[in-house]
Amino acid sequence: MAINSAATSVSVSSSKIIPLSMTALLGLFMVGFVGFSHLDVVHNAAHDTRHSLAFPCH
Amino acid sequence: MSLFRNIVFTAVIAGLLSGLLLTVMQSFSTVPLILQAEVYEKAEGGHSHEHATAPADATAPAGPAAAATAAHEHEEEAWEPADGFERFIYTAAADVLSAIGFALVIIAASEALGGFGGWRGGLMFGIAGFITVILAPGLGLPPELPGMPAAELAPRQIWWISTAACTAAGLGLLAYTRSAVFAALAIVLLVAPHLIGAPLAPSHETSVPMDLYARFVNAVYATNLVFWAVLGAACGTIRNRLRTGEEAPAGTSPKLATR
Repeated sequence: MAINSAATSVSVSSSKIIPLSMTALLGLFMVGFVGFSHLDVVHNAAHDTRHSLAFPCH
Repeated sequence: MSLFRNIVFTAVIAGLLSGLLLTVMQSFSTVPLILQAEVYEKAEGGHSHEHATAPADATAPAGPAAAATAAHEHEEEAWEPADGFERFIYTAAADVLSAIGFALVIIAASEALGGFGGWRGGLMFGIAGFITVILAPGLGLPPELPGMPAAELAPRQIWWISTAACTAAGLGLLAYTRSAVFAALAIVLLVAPHLIGAPLAPSHETSVPMDLYARFVNAVYATNLVFWAVLGAACGTIRNRLRTGEEAPAGTSPKLATR
C-alpha cells in the first residue's frame, strides 16, 4: 500500500502540480500577510496572534 | 479545479475549527500574559517597540538623533483595535486566517507526497508543522513578549523563514526518502540554521519579569502543540470526506474514492 501510493504519486503528480502549488502559495501568502507584513495596521490587528505564534514581532 | 476547490474547502473548515480553538486557548493563557507585559512596556517608554535603548521621550523628539529614532518607529500612531472585544475579534480572525494558511500548505504538501491517508497521517503532518513553525524557529528566536529587547525585525524574519523552510525540507527527506545520502542531507538541513544562529538581541535588559516570561513561553508551546495536532488531524479527517469531482487516486480503496 505504501509502496503503491508512493509509486502512483509520481505519475499522478504532473496533473496535480498546478493546483497543489497554487494551494501552497495561497497558504504561504495568508500566513505571510498575517504574520510577517510590515504594515502597521496589519501588525496591530494581528499583534496578539503574532506574539502567541512566536512570530518575530516589533 | 476540483482538487484545488476541495483542498481550499478542507483547509477552511479545519482552519476555522483549530483557529477558533487556538483563540479560546490563547485568551486563557498567552493573551493575559501579553497584556501584563504591555503594562511594563508602556511604563518603560511609551509605545517605543523594539529599541529598549531608545530614550523614553522618543515620542517628543528634541534633536535630530531623536527625530531619526522616532521616524524609524511609528511616527504617527497607526490604527489599532480597541482593547477588549474588538481586539479579541481581530486576534480570532488572525488566528483563523493563519490556521487556514497553514492547513493549505500541509494539505498541498501531503497531496504531493501521496495523501494523508486518514486522521493519523494528518496528525503526523500536524506535529511536523509544529516542529517546523514553532519548535525549530523557537530554538533560535524564543517567543517574545512585548517590551522585550530583540534584534532588528527584518533579519529575524529572514532567519525565521529560512529555518522553517530548512526544517520542513529536512523532515520531508527523513520521512519520505530511504537513502543514507538524503538522511545526511536532512540532518544538515535541520542543524545548519542553528549553527548559523539567529540574530541576537543587543541587550537582555527588560523590565518584564522573568517569571511572567517563563509562563508565556510555556503557554506558547503548549497551545501551539494542541493547535497543530488538532489542525493536522482535522485536515486528515476532512480531506478524506471531501473528494467530489476528483479522479479516484490509485492505491486507495474504491469505497473511499466514491464517497
